[in-house]
Amino acid sequence: MKTRRQARFALRAVTASRLRSALMLLALAIGVAAVVVLTALGEGARRYVGGEFSALGTNLVIVLPGATETTGGPPPIMGVTPRDLTVQDAIALSHSRAVERVAPVAVGIAPVSRGSREREVMVLGTTHDMLSVRHLTMAAGRFLPPGDPERGDPVAVVGDTIRRELFAGKNPVGEWVRLGDRRFRVIGLLADTGRSMGTDLDQVVVIPVSQAQALFGTPGLFRVILQARGRDRVEMAKADAMRIIAERHEGEADVTVITQDAILATFDRIFTALTATVGGIAAISLIVAGILVMNVMLVAVAQRTPEVGLLKALGATPRRVRLLFLWEAALLSLAGAACGLALGYLGVAAIGQFYPGFPVAVPPWAAGAAVAVSGTAGLAFGVWPASRAARLDPVASLERR
Amino acid sequence: MNASSPDGPLISLSGVTRTYPVGGSHVHALDGVDLTVRAGEYLSIMGPSGSGKSTLLHVIGLLDRPDTGRYLLDGRDTGTLPDREQAALRLHHIGFVFQFFHLIPRLTAAENVALPLELAGVDAAGAAARVHQALAELGLEDRAGHRPDQLSGGQRQRVAIARATIMQPGILLADEPTGNLDRHSGAEVVELLEELNGRGIALLVVTHDPVIGERARRRIRVEDGTIVSDNGAGS
Repeated sequence: MKTRRQARFALRAVTASRLRSALMLLALAIGVAAVVVLTALGEGARRYVGGEFSALGTNLVIVLPGATETTGGPPPIMGVTPRDLTVQDAIALSHSRAVERVAPVAVGIAPVSRGSREREVMVLGTTHDMLSVRHLTMAAGRFLPPGDPERGDPVAVVGDTIRRELFAGKNPVGEWVRLGDRRFRVIGLLADTGRSMGTDLDQVVVIPVSQAQALFGTPGLFRVILQARGRDRVEMAKADAMRIIAERHEGEADVTVITQDAILATFDRIFTALTATVGGIAAISLIVAGILVMNVMLVAVAQRTPEVGLLKALGATPRRVRLLFLWEAALLSLAGAACGLALGYLGVAAIGQFYPGFPVAVPPWAAGAAVAVSGTAGLAFGVWPASRAARLDPVASLERR
Repeated sequence: MNASSPDGPLISLSGVTRTYPVGGSHVHALDGVDLTVRAGEYLSIMGPSGSGKSTLLHVIGLLDRPDTGRYLLDGRDTGTLPDREQAALRLHHIGFVFQFFHLIPRLTAAENVALPLELAGVDAAGAAARVHQALAELGLEDRAGHRPDQLSGGQRQRVAIARATIMQPGILLADEPTGNLDRHSGAEVVELLEELNGRGIALLVVTHDPVIGERARRRIRVEDGTIVSDNGAGS
């Protein structure tokens, strides 16, 4: 029998037992769709995090106080307190030729009040450069003015939540608020950006770094954010930062310098691994579907035993009988994979509709892998039933009615 | 069949035995059977249930292998042939007609008749022409597109006979071909089989029905796995 005729014969057999074939198709389709949707979610998470990181700014180098490297020997009894990272350090870092902008960051929690309304907020002490380093946008007024980072007027830029809760939704620019026991004049309102890497910028009050240090009574910075003069200067900026801090801290580079790219790469690896894991778990459903294929094929062989006997009596070789049943398994697997892909892409499109902000996307390898696994499972689990059919005794098969 | 030895026997069984294990003991379905059939002969094989007459037909049709003894089909020793070559012999030299027709229910009459041609790899156009001719000869051309459940019993058996003869075999084996038909349809089927025999095909009919059995020129009676009477032995 030629290949096309074998396929047609198998197709007739598949379409003749509709319910059985439909169930098998459904199982395979769900497996494939699960792989497609779950990997698409993983890929979407990866892209989302990548996008968030890019939104933070470009070519960023972050300097944190304290070195994370492990040193040998017993732990010191008193513990090592790293030197503070100061505004002076930040100014020194701006002298590197690789660095375009520097934004020192001091962070603390303080009560903010206006009249009788009060709430706890995160206070971000920084400088004018923060606006461009973090790609912030203003809804009204202006950001912190440029000038000597060590001096700053008592001015504040507030997020949208603060505007709603303290100013009853009115424009806060020009009004006064109280932070702790100090009064600040509001000069700007941050645009409603929503969450950005865990910091809700709508809920912060931004003040000059010198004011923040006075407010919290500490000269230490939370971190210093550097923006390199280009992608190719990032590594140089990182090296310069280590060198400059070492010079200023008695030869000890007691800071940790991380680049945006390194963080991004780490997250990328994590999410790629996550996607593969989730895809692998979904692939188990395909194996389950494959076992169902085997079950259904065994039933098909049992039900069509007289037919197998007849084919043998007519002169079909065992090999031919095996091929006929394998064709059935292959056709069902392929159809199941096709249905699953359609279902999966439909699901992904639906997720995209409901969550437009989430960049859900099917990784190309996942679709291919799902089809390959379902095809392999369908065929592999079809081999045993097909061999059983091929080994059937024609006389006994013909007598089964 | 294009007999390679025109004077030699078509079928030659000598000392054939076949035993089945049944509940711990062995049943001799065939016990030392010698049988020679020439090309174009018309035999009926009769005997009580369980006498071994069906097993004899299965052995001749290469669906069952004898435990001992020799079976020469057209001079070829079939005992040593692998499954693949036995299948090829069935395809080209032997046609089967069964009591329960054994048509594939999801295929049309024409597709059922075409099955052996497809197994033989005959191209689609040639196969269609041969199927059409075969159905026309049996007066079934208007039933070509019908599925078995749309046909009467007699029509079904005629489709099965068309399928059994489409490869123009030298041997036609019929196992109770009228057992599932009314008297009228049964008579039609027997006449058709005899007509085919008249064209030179060797016809072996296993039957319970003495009326049908008596029609054969040569009548064999099987009891307890042995041939107890044969009115044409050695002829």
